[in-house]
Amino acid sequence: MSGTPTATTGAGTSPSPTLSGHVRHIGGRAMLGLRAAGRGVVSAARWLLRTWRRSLQFRVVSTTVVLGLVVVSLLGSYLYSEIADGLRRDRVATSEYEARTLTAQAQERWDNTTATTVQELNIIALDLMRSTLTPAGPQPSRYVVMIRGAKNTSPTVLDPLGSGGLGLASVSQELRQAVAADPSRQQTVVNDVLVDGAQVPAVFVGSGVEVPTAGRYDLYFIYPMTQELRTMSLISTAFTLAGLILTVLLGAVAWVVTKQVVSPVRRAAEVAERLASGKLNERMPARGEDDLALLGTSFNAMADSLQAQIRQLEGLSRVQQRFVSDVSHELRTPLTTIRMAGDLIYDARADFEPVMSRSAELLQGELDRFESLLSDLLEISRFDAGAAALELDRVDLRDTVAEVVAAARPLAERRGSTVQVLARGPIEAEVDERRVERILRNLVVNAIEHGDGKPVTIRLRAEDGAVAIVVEDHGVGLRAGEASMVFTRFWRADPARARTTGGTGLGLAIALEDARLHHGWLQAWGEPGVGSRFRLTLPQEAGHSLTSSPLALSPGERP
Amino acid sequence: MDHWRSDSAPVCRVATEGGLTVKGRVLVVDDDLALSEMLGIVLRNEGLEVSHVADGSGALAAFRETRPDLVLLDVMLPGIDGLEVCRRIRAESGVPIVMLTARTDTIDVVVGLESGADDYVVKPFKPQELIARVRARLRRDNDAEPERLTIGDLAVDVAGHSVKRGEESLNLTPLEFDLLVALARKPWQVFTREVLLEQVWGYRHAGDTRLVNVHVQRLRSKIEKDPERPEIVVTVRGVGYRAGPA
Repeated sequence: MSGTPTATTGAGTSPSPTLSGHVRHIGGRAMLGLRAAGRGVVSAARWLLRTWRRSLQFRVVSTTVVLGLVVVSLLGSYLYSEIADGLRRDRVATSEYEARTLTAQAQERWDNTTATTVQELNIIALDLMRSTLTPAGPQPSRYVVMIRGAKNTSPTVLDPLGSGGLGLASVSQELRQAVAADPSRQQTVVNDVLVDGAQVPAVFVGSGVEVPTAGRYDLYFIYPMTQELRTMSLISTAFTLAGLILTVLLGAVAWVVTKQVVSPVRRAAEVAERLASGKLNERMPARGEDDLALLGTSFNAMADSLQAQIRQLEGLSRVQQRFVSDVSHELRTPLTTIRMAGDLIYDARADFEPVMSRSAELLQGELDRFESLLSDLLEISRFDAGAAALELDRVDLRDTVAEVVAAARPLAERRGSTVQVLARGPIEAEVDERRVERILRNLVVNAIEHGDGKPVTIRLRAEDGAVAIVVEDHGVGLRAGEASMVFTRFWRADPARARTTGGTGLGLAIALEDARLHHGWLQAWGEPGVGSRFRLTLPQEAGHSLTSSPLALSPGERP
Repeated sequence: MDHWRSDSAPVCRVATEGGLTVKGRVLVVDDDLALSEMLGIVLRNEGLEVSHVADGSGALAAFRETRPDLVLLDVMLPGIDGLEVCRRIRAESGVPIVMLTARTDTIDVVVGLESGADDYVVKPFKPQELIARVRARLRRDNDAEPERLTIGDLAVDVAGHSVKRGEESLNLTPLEFDLLVALARKPWQVFTREVLLEQVWGYRHAGDTRLVNVHVQRLRSKIEKDPERPEIVVTVRGVGYRAGPA
């Protein structure tokens, strides 16, 4: 059956008018404001992409809808083509049957005729066409064409006849040749035909009839499949509608199902966020025995254990802070009494025997040391408890350095060393001056004490949002590995060396904490016999972080 | 109360009977007996008359009974705490109060000053330091020459220790009075906080500038018509304070 593909194609493309209409519609709207529409499309695409990334629910629903659409359209088009095929087969079969009957009737009429002239034969042919072959009505279910057979050589030639304005042109050459080759058998072809100005697939059935005197004539019955087309378009509309409804329903089902899964997950996320922000009493509702309840239960168990641990740590920290505060008070009160008593004794030492007098002096000296040790300990435990806070001011660090140097002058004179300050221009920074002064006092006093009476240099420089202060001595220096050790609590440079000053061993550790509190750096460099350098780098604006220091730490380093 | 009676009454007698010049009476409020006794020894050495009370609840009664010229007050006390005692004493008297505190944390110091203390000493302190603080608060020349000053719309009678706005008399503590007089005597001068610390509080070396800030606020709340927009004690940004134009 050579016509099958044509029919299938014709039926298959039938929904296309709606589709192209839709495209035209969008095009028309876009014409109104092409640019605005373009922007709209871009932002809509962006929104889609963002929602796709962020929402699991959206992803599941849209995937379901797309897959559903694919399945529905595959299924739909399969069913559609099956139905179309069946309809066409039926049409062909009934057409062939009807054509056979009609051909037989026509043959019988010709066989029973006695006419011999062309005029008579033409009249009979016309009558035959009108009364028997062509059905009545404005929309006939078939058309008939009768023309002289291809191999007819009879001198009597009848007029070619065609109903409904269809003529020889409607019949394909192939069909005519097939009928000519075997006139006794029916030939069927499915082909397009132009009926009332519309191209419609139709069943062509051709066969020959023997006309007395005039010889063999071909009789073609043309059955347009208008009815089938209408049925198919109805079916396709129904299919499309059903498919769309099905897809929407699928999407809705997916939405409902994912909502059931996603909303507890979202609730878990919300609760986790609130937990993270410190609201430790937040819990998830966990009802039932399903997986989500399990999620809720394990989540709550996790929150419980977190809360317990945090409470415990908080408790420990509070105990620690209370302890520090209590030690502060409890130790300081007796120390005050001892201090005052010691002072009275010390003031009266001139009246004592030499041994007693010296004892009073030792008592006084060690009391000073005890006091500074206590205050250093309290300071460092304040850092450990996280209770230290900055009191920021914008200061010129040259002034701070000048004060520190002035205060250290008596010590420098005793050690026979000089302190030189090198700075150009104002060195301003937003710092807690009390803490910076404490750091610098520590560095300067250390440099003088370990500087072997050689000059101590202090350099200041501000650059790129950072200030650096380098304190350098030319004394014993630091051995390899000691540069990082100097900030360790109670670490001594050289245990063998006699301790000449009452340092507490906490000075540099406190200085390091002070620098860190400023988001700054405190670093050490040293070489045995050459000297050591301590560099304090601080951001000029409080809270900013450092990337580099304006001054070099070691002689080889480029700042 | 009992503590105070049994402890301090004989001690007072010793101080007066010892023939030393009594320059002032000091009430020590501290729960640590050893420290209290030590304080008594040191202060009496300086010729001061000392009484003692060990807890916050008895402090106010002791204060009313002895009418001291100065109160040395420990912040941490059993019963009523030191800050509350400070507030109650301040509510009925302008007597100088020096607090003894074990902490240097800003919040403790500022809360102490805001509850009415004139000055504070951090434990452990040296005796000289305490004496200096106490003397600075007690040092008042009672036989000052008659001197009248005006600052803003206020009339200050230095010898009579009184400040008047028109006919209305303003009630200042001695410290607030000293602060006002210091500013009023040199209305053309801007006083840095350090200078005020030296002139009013008697600090030779650097002191705590928060003392100045807190007391300027207290003074303003008493003498300014609108403490938010001071006209008598004016802030000079980045420098300090000065007397407002008359």
